[in-house]
Amino acid sequence: MTPDIPPIERAERGNPAAETPLSPLNAGVGSGWGLFEVFVRGKRGLNHVHVGSLHAADAEMALHSARDLYTRRNEGVSIWVVPATAITASSPQEKDPFFAPSGDKIYRHPTFYAIPDNVPHL
Amino acid sequence: MSENSAAEITAPIPAGVDTAELATYCLMLGDDALIYAQRLCEWVSNAPELEEELALANIALDLLGQARMLLSRAGHVEGKGKDEDVLAYQREARQFRNVTLAELSDELDFGRAIAALLVFSSWRLALLTKLLNSRDPAIAAVAAKGVKELTYHRDYAARWMLRLGDGTELSHQRAQAGLDAIWPYVEELFATHDVERRLAEVGVAVDPAQTRGEVDAVLAEVLPRATLHRPQAPAAQSTSGRDGVHTHGFGRLLAEMQSVAQQEPEATW
Amino acid sequence: MVASGQARQATGLAGSERSELPEDQERRLSVAFEATIAGDSRIEPRDWMPKRYRATLIRQIAQHAHSEIIGMQPEGAWIRRAPTLRRKAILLAKVQDEAGHGLYLYAAAETLGVDRAELTEKLITGKQKYSSIFNYPTLSFADVGVIGWLVDGAAICNQIPLCRCSYGPYARAMIRICKEESFHQRQGYELLLAMMGGTEAQQAMVQDAVNRWWWPSLMMFGPPDAESPNTARSMAWRIKRHTNDELRQRFVDMTAPQAAALGVTLPDPQLRWNPDRQAHDYGTPNWAELTQLIAGADPHNTQRLPHRQAAHHNGTWVREAATAHAAKHPGSAP
Repeated sequence: MTPDIPPIERAERGNPAAETPLSPLNAGVGSGWGLFEVFVRGKRGLNHVHVGSLHAADAEMALHSARDLYTRRNEGVSIWVVPATAITASSPQEKDPFFAPSGDKIYRHPTFYAIPDNVPHL
Repeated sequence: MSENSAAEITAPIPAGVDTAELATYCLMLGDDALIYAQRLCEWVSNAPELEEELALANIALDLLGQARMLLSRAGHVEGKGKDEDVLAYQREARQFRNVTLAELSDELDFGRAIAALLVFSSWRLALLTKLLNSRDPAIAAVAAKGVKELTYHRDYAARWMLRLGDGTELSHQRAQAGLDAIWPYVEELFATHDVERRLAEVGVAVDPAQTRGEVDAVLAEVLPRATLHRPQAPAAQSTSGRDGVHTHGFGRLLAEMQSVAQQEPEATW
Repeated sequence: MVASGQARQATGLAGSERSELPEDQERRLSVAFEATIAGDSRIEPRDWMPKRYRATLIRQIAQHAHSEIIGMQPEGAWIRRAPTLRRKAILLAKVQDEAGHGLYLYAAAETLGVDRAELTEKLITGKQKYSSIFNYPTLSFADVGVIGWLVDGAAICNQIPLCRCSYGPYARAMIRICKEESFHQRQGYELLLAMMGGTEAQQAMVQDAVNRWWWPSLMMFGPPDAESPNTARSMAWRIKRHTNDELRQRFVDMTAPQAAALGVTLPDPQLRWNPDRQAHDYGTPNWAELTQLIAGADPHNTQRLPHRQAAHHNGTWVREAATAHAAKHPGSAP
């Protein structure tokens, strides 16, 4: 049974003050180009399906980038883009105690996990 | 190219149309697309973000597709057995009929690139919209497909013009500078060449002077929202890309473009 | 038990993994994780996973993504000089696809809790690698065909098994990529067929390109199994489905007859069919050269990283403009 995570940790996890300090190399993606999830309906009669994600500064750009990236500009295909932060997830089978079983984010916040430099070659 | 486009390329020449002039007109429209696409290819692996790599390559591919169809039609109509590649790779600079705006290098300045794209795509969209009813089947076919493509290009440029113009102080300056840099080459887009005038009279071509209103309308809508001003530079001497007079940079562009093909004249690729 | 777990979690540093779960909970999670993998099912982003599994995947996916992006450079160099309009369009579409593949892969990596900006920084500062084959220069248009045939061919050998890798987002990205990649290899081979059917100069150009790209293509599969200590763990976790040598052998066996059909000689005097093994014997690549390239030597001066860094740097004002505009016009920003 996963422990109940008290509110203070939840706030810490989303705390912008904890974000990686920006270097000039970081400017752009990560400093305002948010993560959007992309859903595509390939043709009439089908559901929208989650196909992946991309970064954009705003929803209009996200929509057009999604068309370029996930549909190769196929017209007539219906696209939804949703900021990743707007999605609330419940995945009872997935058992990471980092996440509350329902009503939590879809991914870990990127600043929560630092990539170690010393993971050896495969 | 699809079977349909092959059919239009070899369709009979409309009655009452001078074949040499029709070929020349197809080269004008085709060279605009070919040379502009060639410039856009300079952005590959140099775009400001990976999403823009995709978008710019899309625009280049669309224009290249239009160029191929128009050059093929020109070759067929001329009747001397030249195909799209002979025309693209064997002509000298003075035989190219593109407008000067198409051959300008933006020197990888995204502000200039977007300014040029906004003007070029608005202009070409206006041309193609009027060419939907061209009596030449190949031109009409290019227009039918091209109108959708150019709408996309124009909207892409407009979105970026807004973001650059109404973004940061730096991006505002660079967007205005980009607009100022390409402005001397805008007037040429509306200059009517004799070939265009005569072919417009027989329902094949469009007089580019008639596209000024639509281009002005796009700029009037986009520039104020982007907090940019329309440059006031006096209309520069209309250089005549349409008559084969090109910039020095065009010579270098062509030399690069044609280098491999001309090195191996008997080669099959 | 719950309280002590929370206390340990609460003292975790921002930016580092909180791993201090109660032992029996961690064991239960680990058992569930192993069972999912053993059942050939998929681990998804909100699953518990061992730290090392996450770290290995991030590194592997990021390296793959970086390779796609860097790979745009050697081929992109020939788009403007393509000798026919059809070849120009094909090459431009291929390079565009590579940008797209990089984006799919960065998106998959981000599901593991990293940010694309961070990955880009690690690439540019040399902390994360890309496939060193892209450090070689493209010296003629024949290289374009040979890259499609051999380099993409090797990549496909690697990628098809990864469509069944244990991590869901990576496997799904691989499926999407594999669909697009087979077109790339066919187009490369088709160009070579045209050239081999052309002038003597063209034939010589193709053979020269093959001579330069064959060994690097073999080395794309990584060091020999005996020198890959992490292979066993990656295979147990189904991040890797075949060993380096298995994939390398498969590639050689597929490619040798293709070379024969093309009329080119692969530059390995030891390459021959072995009827006892029902496989090709082949020589040993020059691993010392690969080691140097991985360590960052740039003997051919192709400047891949400086090029990538310049593009990223020159684009800063553009990216910042988009961000600033979104902030001024809220309601559309995330």
